[in-house]
Amino acid sequence: MSSLFHGGHLLSILIFFPAVGALALLLLRGDDHVFIRRIALIVSTAEFLFSLLMLRGIPLNSGDYRLVEYAQWITTPPIHYHLGVDGISLFLVILTTILTPISVLASWNSIHHRVKEFFVMLLMLEVGVVGVFLSLDLFLFFLFWEVMLIPMAFLIGIWGHERRIYAAVKFVLYTMAGSILMLVGIIWLYNATGTFDLPTIQQMIQTGALVLQPRAEMLLFLAFFVAFAVKVPLFPLHTWLPDAHVEAPTAGSVMLAGVLLKMGTYGMIRFCLPLFPEASRRAAPWVATLAIIGIIYGALVALVQPNLKKLVAYSSVSHLGFIVLGIFAFRNISMQGAVYQMLAHGISTGALFLLVGMLYDRRHTFEISEYGGLATPMPKFAAFFLFAALSSLGLPMLNGFVGEYLILLGTYQSHWQWASWAALGVILSACYLLWSYQRVFLGEVTHEKNKSLADASRREKFILATMSVIILWMGLGSTYFTRRTEASAEAVIDQVEPQRPYEAAAPPVGSPMVKAAGNDTSVVHDTSVVHVTKQIPAAASGR
Amino acid sequence: MPILEHLWIIPLLPLLGAAVNGFFGRTWPNKIVNSVAIGSTGLSFLAALEAVREFSHLSPEQIPWVQQYFSWIEAAKFRAGFDLQIDQLTVVMLLVVTGVGWLIHIYSMGYMAHEGGYYRFFSYLNLFMFFMLILVLAANYVLLFVGWEGVGLASYLLIGFYFLRKSAADAGKKAFIVNRIGDFGFMLGMFLLFRTFGTLDFVALFNKATPLPPDAMGHLGTLTVACLLLFMGAAGKSAQIPLYVWLPDAMEGPTPVSALIHAATMVTAGVYVVARSHVLFMRAPTAMLVVAIVGCATALFAATIGMAQTDIKKVLAYSTVSQLGYMFLACGVGAFSAGIFHLMTHAFFKALLFLAAGSVIHAMGGEQDMLRMGGLSKKIKWTFVTMLTATLAISGIPPLAGFFSKDSILLNAYMSENGGPNVGHLLYAVGLFTALLTAFYMFRLIYLTFYGAPRYDEHHVHVHESPKTMLVPLAILAVLSIVGGWFAAPAFWGKPDYFAKFLEPVFAAPGGSEAATAEAVAHALETPLAIVAVITALLGWFAAYWLYLKRPDKPASLAKSLGGIYQTVLHKYYVDEIYAAVVVRPLLWLSTNVLWKGVDVAAIDGSVNGIAEGLTAIGDGTRRTQSGNTRSYAVWVVVGAIVVVALVFWAHAQPVLGVAR
Repeated sequence: MSSLFHGGHLLSILIFFPAVGALALLLLRGDDHVFIRRIALIVSTAEFLFSLLMLRGIPLNSGDYRLVEYAQWITTPPIHYHLGVDGISLFLVILTTILTPISVLASWNSIHHRVKEFFVMLLMLEVGVVGVFLSLDLFLFFLFWEVMLIPMAFLIGIWGHERRIYAAVKFVLYTMAGSILMLVGIIWLYNATGTFDLPTIQQMIQTGALVLQPRAEMLLFLAFFVAFAVKVPLFPLHTWLPDAHVEAPTAGSVMLAGVLLKMGTYGMIRFCLPLFPEASRRAAPWVATLAIIGIIYGALVALVQPNLKKLVAYSSVSHLGFIVLGIFAFRNISMQGAVYQMLAHGISTGALFLLVGMLYDRRHTFEISEYGGLATPMPKFAAFFLFAALSSLGLPMLNGFVGEYLILLGTYQSHWQWASWAALGVILSACYLLWSYQRVFLGEVTHEKNKSLADASRREKFILATMSVIILWMGLGSTYFTRRTEASAEAVIDQVEPQRPYEAAAPPVGSPMVKAAGNDTSVVHDTSVVHVTKQIPAAASGR
Repeated sequence: MPILEHLWIIPLLPLLGAAVNGFFGRTWPNKIVNSVAIGSTGLSFLAALEAVREFSHLSPEQIPWVQQYFSWIEAAKFRAGFDLQIDQLTVVMLLVVTGVGWLIHIYSMGYMAHEGGYYRFFSYLNLFMFFMLILVLAANYVLLFVGWEGVGLASYLLIGFYFLRKSAADAGKKAFIVNRIGDFGFMLGMFLLFRTFGTLDFVALFNKATPLPPDAMGHLGTLTVACLLLFMGAAGKSAQIPLYVWLPDAMEGPTPVSALIHAATMVTAGVYVVARSHVLFMRAPTAMLVVAIVGCATALFAATIGMAQTDIKKVLAYSTVSQLGYMFLACGVGAFSAGIFHLMTHAFFKALLFLAAGSVIHAMGGEQDMLRMGGLSKKIKWTFVTMLTATLAISGIPPLAGFFSKDSILLNAYMSENGGPNVGHLLYAVGLFTALLTAFYMFRLIYLTFYGAPRYDEHHVHVHESPKTMLVPLAILAVLSIVGGWFAAPAFWGKPDYFAKFLEPVFAAPGGSEAATAEAVAHALETPLAIVAVITALLGWFAAYWLYLKRPDKPASLAKSLGGIYQTVLHKYYVDEIYAAVVVRPLLWLSTNVLWKGVDVAAIDGSVNGIAEGLTAIGDGTRRTQSGNTRSYAVWVVVGAIVVVALVFWAHAQPVLGVAR
C-alpha cells in the first residue's frame, strides 16, 4: 500500500482536476455565459499552476519515472492504475495545461451557443490528453486515448464550421481505425506477458525474458505505429487533419495541433522504440522516408492553399515530419531535437491557429483572397502574426530553430541524405509563411470590409503576448528544457540503439579511430573520407 | 578590461534601442526616436572603440579573445554557446559595422524625416545592427548563424518597409527566400563540420583542422564539401551567381538601408564567413577555385548588367554584386586580407555612393531614373563632390581607397597558381576587364546625373541640397574613401602593407623562404600591374566621357546596332524570367495540381471515401433484403436453399472428379 502514496497524488490531481471542474460546470445554469467562462478559466489556470509543481519532483539528469502512482484497479485481467512522469512527458503535460486556459480565453467571445457544454468538452479533452501522457499501464493509456477522442469529435462536430460533421466523422474514423490495431497489439502483448504494465514489459524485453519473433515483433510494431502515425499524422495518413483543422473552432485547432498530434509522436517514443527496438530499426528507413515525404509534401501543399487555416494545417504535416525523422534517426541529438520540437511546434502552431481564429472572428472567412493589406488597420496584430510565422519557420533565437536544428544535426551524423532532403523543408517553410503573410497583411487594403478592422483587443494582446514570451524564452533558454528532457531521451535511445559508434566521442581528428561498437571493429580514418564513407544503415546491421 | 569582458554590451545596446523604439516609439516625436536609435548605436560604436583599445593591449597568445556567456543549445555532445570572440578580423568588421552603421543612422535622420513609420524604420535599423554585431562577434558557427539569419530578417523588414507597394513586399520576400536557399547549404556545412570535428566553436574546430592535409585538387573530400556548402550560404548572403537575384530587387528599400545593409555590411557577411573559415578553405583547393571562379564570373556578369541600367540605385546594386565578386575572387586565390581590405574600402565608398544617390533622389523629389536627371552638379554641389570622390575611389584611381584594395586583389589573382598559373592569369584578365567596365558604368552614372542638360521638368522639380545631417556623413565617408586605402600604400615602396600585417595573425601565411620569394615577386609586379590597372580605369572613364558627354546621341544608336545583345543585357539576361519559368511556376503547378488536387484530394481522400462509399453501398444492398415483405423472404429462403443444395452437391462432386482424373 505504501506505493500508493509514493510521491503523493499530484499526477492524479492533474488528470482529474479538470474533470471535477467540468462536473462543476455541468451543475451550473447554462445561460450565465460570463460566469461559465470565468469558472473554466479559473479551473484551467489552476490546473496549469498545479502542473508546474511537477517541476519540483523531477531532478535534472534523471531518466526515471517520477511521482509514480501505482494501485490495483482490476484484478483479472491485472490492470493497474499506474502513473508516472519523466522528462519526455513532463513538458508535454505542461504544454497541455497552458494551452487549455489559452484556448478558453480564445473562445471567450467566439462561442455563442451551448457555451457550458463547450467548456465541459474542453476540460474533458484536457483530462484525456493529460491522462495519455501520464499513463504507464497500456490499458489505462488506451482508455485515455479513447476518452480524448470523444470531446474532440464533439468540439469539431458541434462548434465547427460548415462541413463540421464530415470532418468530425473523418477524424473519429481515422483515429479509431488506428487505435483498433493498437488495441489488438496491447492484447497480444498481454497474452504474451500477462501484464499491461509498461515498465514491466519493457524490462522483460530488455532482459530477454520476453523474446519476440522478428515477424511478430514487426506486426506488433506496426499495430502501434499505425495508430500513432494516424495521429501525427504521417504521410499518407494525414488527410483527416486539414479537414479537422479547418472545421474545428479555434480552441479545437489549438488543442489539436498543440497537443493531440504530439500524442502520436509521444507514443512512438514511449512505446514503439523501447518495446520493439529491432522492428523499429528495421522500419526506420521506411518511416524516415515517409517523414521526409511529409516534410516536403506538406510544405508544398501548404504553399498553394487558398485557405489560410488549411495552410497552417498542412504546415503541421511538414513540421511533424521533422519530429518523426528526429525520432527514427536514433541519435541522442536528434531525439532531443524531436522532443523539443514537439513543444516548440505546439506553441508556434498554436499561436498561428489563434491568430487565424482571431481573423475569422472579424471576417468569418479563411480565404486568403478575402484579406490583404491588413497591416494598415491592424499593425499590432500583424506584428504578432509575423513573430509567430518567424518562430514557425525556425528563425534562430526563437523556439522553432532549436528543435529543427538539433533534429537535422543529429540525423546528419548518421544519415546525411535524410538530413539533406529534410532541410529542404527549411527553405519551403519560409516560402509558404512569408508568401501568405504578404498576401494577408501587406500591400494596400483591397476589400472595403477590411478597412475598418479592429486591431488586437486587450484580451487578444494578452493571449498573443503570452505566446510570444514563451516563443522567445524557448528560443533563448532551451537548456532549461533540454536539461530536464535529456536523460529520458537518452534512455530511449539506449534501448533502441545501445551502441552508437557515431556518437562515441568527438573523434580525435587525424588519428585512426577504432569504432566503439563491439560487433564491428573496423578502423576508420575519419579525416577526409568520412563524408564519402558509405554509412551502414542501422537497419542493415543484420542480426 | 571592462568591455573586453563584457563584449555582449556592444550588440545589446542596439537591441535595446530597437526594443524601446519598437514598443514605445509609435507615439513619440521624431526627436526622441532619434536620440534612442542614434544614441544606442553611437554608444555601441564607442564601446567597440574601447574594446579595440583594450584589445591592442592583449598579448598575442590571448588572441583570439573568447568570452563564454551562457549555454544556448545543449544536446548530448553538442553545445552551442552564446560565446563572443574578438581577433584582428573581428576588429576590422566591428569598426566598419559600428562606424559606418552609426554614420548611416545619422544620415537617415534627415532622409527619413518626412516618412511615415519613422519609429519603425529606426527600430528595424537598430535590430539589424544587433544581428550584424552578433554575426561578427560570434565565436561559433551556430551563433554566427543567428546573426546570419537575423540580418536576413532585418533586411526582409527593411526592404519591405514601404509594404503598401507590392514590389517592395515581393522584394523582401524574395530576399529572405533566396537567402534561405543559401542557408540550406550553410546548415548542411555546419552539420558536416560537426560530424567531422565534433564541435562548431571556431577555436577548437580550426585547431583540429590545422594539422589536416589539404584535400587533393578535384577530390570531394570532407573539407572541400564542407567549404562548398559554406560557400553556398555565402553566395546567398553576398549575392553571388546564381543566388544574386535578390540584391537588385532589394533596392525597393529606403536608400539608407541600401547603403548600410545592401552595400556596406550585411552583404559582405559571406566574404567574412569565407575569411573566417580560411583554415578550412586553405585545405580545400577545389573549393577555393570555385570561390575564385564564381567571384570573378559574378564580378564580370554584374558589371555588364550595370552598364545598361538607368535606375541610379540599380546601377549601384549591380556594382555592389560586382564588387562582392572581387572580394570572393580575393578569398578564392588565398588573399584573404586583400578581400577583407576591399570589404572595408568598399564599405566606405559604396555606402557613400548610396547615400549620395539618396541625396540626389531626395533632391529630385523621389526620381530615380537617370534619364530624367542631368546637370545637377551645380545645384547640389556637396552631393556631387562627394559622389565624384566615391566614383574615383571605386574606379581605382590612385591614391583613393579603391585603388589600393583592387590592386591588391588583381595582383594576388595574377600570382595565383591554384589550378595552374593560367587560371590565375585568366582570373586576373577578367578582373582587369571588369575594372574597365566598373569605371565605365560609374562615370556613365556621373555624367548622366550631374552633367549635360537637365532632362527633367524644372518647373515641377525644385532641386535642393540635402540638410546637414545628411551631408556630414557624406563628407566623413568621402574622407574615408580617400584615405581608407593608405594602410596598404607602403607596399609600393617595399614596406609592409599595414593592413595585411595587422591581419597576419589571423590569416597567418606559412612562413619560410617560399613566402619570401613570393613577396619579392609580388613587389616586382606591384608597380607594373598598378600602372596597367590605372590605364584600364582611365580607358573606362574615357569611354563614358565620350559616349555620355561628348556624343550623347551615340548610346542610343549603339544600343540599336547591338540589338539583341543590348536587350538581353538590359533585361538582366532574363535570369529572373528563367527562374520563374524553370523553378517557381513548375513548383506551384506541381504542388497545386499533382500533390494537392491529385495525391491529397483525388488519390488518398478519394480512395478513403471510396471505401466508405463502397461500404455504404454494401450496407444499402443488404438493407434491401430486410424489406419486411413475407413473400420476398420466402423467395430468399428458396434462393438460400438452392445455394445450399448446390454447395453440397459441389462439395461431394469434388473428390469424385478428383478420382476420375
